[in-house]
Amino acid sequence: MALTYDAAAGLATQDRPGGRLELLVKGARCAACLGKIEREIAAVPGVEAARLNLTTGKLTVATGVRAPSLADLIERLEALGYPAAPYDPGEAAIAADREGRRLILALGVAAFGAGNAMMFSVPLWAGLFGQELGESTRTFMQWASGLIGAPCALYAGMPFFQSAWRSLRKGRANMDVPISIGVLLTLAISFFEAAIHGRDTYFDAAVSLLLLLLVGRYLDHRLRSRARGAAADLLALQSPLATLLGADGERRVPVGEIGVGDELLVRPGERLPVDGVVESGVSSFDNALLTGETAPQPVKAGDVAHAGALNLTGALRLRATAASADSAVAAIARLVEAGAQTRSRYVRLADKAAALYVPVVHSLAAATFIGGWILGLGPLEALLRAVAVLIITCPCALGLAVPAVQITASSRLFRQGVLVKSGAALERLAEIDHVVFDKTGVLTLGRPSLEGADPRDVALAAPLARASSHPLARALAAAGPDRPMAQDTVETAGQGIEGRIDGRRARLGRAEFAGVEGVASGETELWFALEDREPVRFTFRDSLRPDARQSLEALWARRITVEILSGDLPGPVAEAAGALGLKAWAAALTPAGKAAAVRQRQAGGRKVLMVGDGLNDAAALAGAHAAMAPGTALDASQNAADLVFSGESLGAVVLAIDVARAARRRALENFGFSALYNLVAGPMAMLGLVNPFVAALAMSGSSLIVTLNALRMNTAGGRK
Amino acid sequence: MNIIFLLAPFSILLALIGLAGFWWAVRNGQYDDPAGDASRILLDDAQDVPEPPL
Repeated sequence: MALTYDAAAGLATQDRPGGRLELLVKGARCAACLGKIEREIAAVPGVEAARLNLTTGKLTVATGVRAPSLADLIERLEALGYPAAPYDPGEAAIAADREGRRLILALGVAAFGAGNAMMFSVPLWAGLFGQELGESTRTFMQWASGLIGAPCALYAGMPFFQSAWRSLRKGRANMDVPISIGVLLTLAISFFEAAIHGRDTYFDAAVSLLLLLLVGRYLDHRLRSRARGAAADLLALQSPLATLLGADGERRVPVGEIGVGDELLVRPGERLPVDGVVESGVSSFDNALLTGETAPQPVKAGDVAHAGALNLTGALRLRATAASADSAVAAIARLVEAGAQTRSRYVRLADKAAALYVPVVHSLAAATFIGGWILGLGPLEALLRAVAVLIITCPCALGLAVPAVQITASSRLFRQGVLVKSGAALERLAEIDHVVFDKTGVLTLGRPSLEGADPRDVALAAPLARASSHPLARALAAAGPDRPMAQDTVETAGQGIEGRIDGRRARLGRAEFAGVEGVASGETELWFALEDREPVRFTFRDSLRPDARQSLEALWARRITVEILSGDLPGPVAEAAGALGLKAWAAALTPAGKAAAVRQRQAGGRKVLMVGDGLNDAAALAGAHAAMAPGTALDASQNAADLVFSGESLGAVVLAIDVARAARRRALENFGFSALYNLVAGPMAMLGLVNPFVAALAMSGSSLIVTLNALRMNTAGGRK
Repeated sequence: MNIIFLLAPFSILLALIGLAGFWWAVRNGQYDDPAGDASRILLDDAQDVPEPPL
């Protein structure tokens, strides 16, 4: 392929007649996917080059004069087996990319400065231990160290200075305030010392302090941007394209382009892109993610339909009554936003520590200066000791204490299939003492399975069931033996399926369709009639996740209380609660009702973890102290949740709580160690026992210990 | 001892070259897709390899 290394970046600036399209591709993970996607997309007429970023999943396509439409490219990618969506980077995403680069550059400059300033500091340290070092050589070394160290420190410190300034302007002091004051004061005093041919300069200490802190800062940034990438994925892939029925036939358009009054075609298996009224067609909807209801809801012409419902059996023509942004989903999104605001008031561990640390250390330094002067040290020596207090107690270990633990904890969870969206999420998760579960799709698998049927009947009906894509028929087919599919099958939407099994006519579907008179057909049953046999009934229900009971017991063992809040009818909820040995449950709740219930628990002093998957859970997820969603959840819910877990096992909830609690323990240990270190180092600096060599040793030593303690996260608590 | 006045600036110059290289690499987007670059090396360039005779 005739692509140079920097194709993606170069495409933007090169003077070319065509344009550039960006898409988000999901599921590409390996070299083979990468090769296939780039080859196939480059072969589309009108495409000049394509380049996929495997880290972010972003596909950049350079187009010629006659550009293909986005919809064409998305369909081609979907045919290859990779769902895709148009990518429109928001302001926030662009700013975050820029911040990432800025941090890497600052890190590189700090590493350069630390190494080279230290090169001149080593002879100075040797001089401290009685080695011969003439005054002129010492001054030369000090100036060399300063001229390299100071500019690097000023550049690398910018992220800290800016954040400290922002925080000071709001009248608060975050962790960056003592860091900035410490670094700037250290540089100023060191230059002063070098100018008066003094002994102690701390240029190397200032830069290496920033280097260590930048490592922590960069780890934190990585954690957040990975989670944000995953969230953007979900949002973009909600329902990428809809089929618009226009005067010129069918057309696939991005959902955002649908207007009120447009006529749409929704095929079986697709989600409704917007709210609308059914114009024609018969089908049933799976509302499990919208309302938590398990039973499919039959729909016919004239019915009102809400965005997010899954169309099950027949093709429908839909007249849009709202644009994508105004659909029912958007109303819930507003509830989510309100919930997220309450959560943002949470104060992070590191900031709590800073609130304690800043006044103590700064009054200690002030006391050293004033006390030293009064006790007859002279103003210069008193000032030097006060600065030494600031340098040696500078919160290097504090700055690393939390991010190092959280990145280790979240990568451990990531390996087990749990995505952590932010460090703050882990901190909040560690505090919870009450878990609220949604029923459908969380405690249960969210899909029907056959219940108590005669295996011989199942074996007879399975060949016909295999021909249908209705979820009940699929469950029946899965329960039956592997036999060839029935012949001459005809499916009647909303009714059932008819065909020939070994030459005998058979019907599967609603009661009246199977020829049973006078029976009210429920939505969780199928009737099967074979030519010469009595019709039989199959009933289905949503089965519990295999380890649901076990996981709840594990939660009880950790003194965490559990309850179910469901939007489903009381019958199925009571049944599930009974099977799990749970007494606390509530059913038939509206989305607002769920959120209110969670808020009420929290007002009573409980720290609630909400585990939910539906759109009706999104508001409760956003309002809870911590929130988890399964990977099968609707995107709005995954966005509202702090953690997303994949797989069929509910054990992920227990694991996440365990890891979060272990991470909190490690972080507190680190704080304890930092406090102990400062308790020893502070008085030493006040007494004038600290020189630049001791400062360098103490600083890197304490950071190393904190980082090593964080790495214990990888093994603590047993690994599976 | 005077040699130090040559060696010290020289060592800094070398380090500066390294820093400039790093700067260039970051701004050039070489750290933007570590996973893709690791995989790309495994891809055979289809045009360069002749079809194997059957």
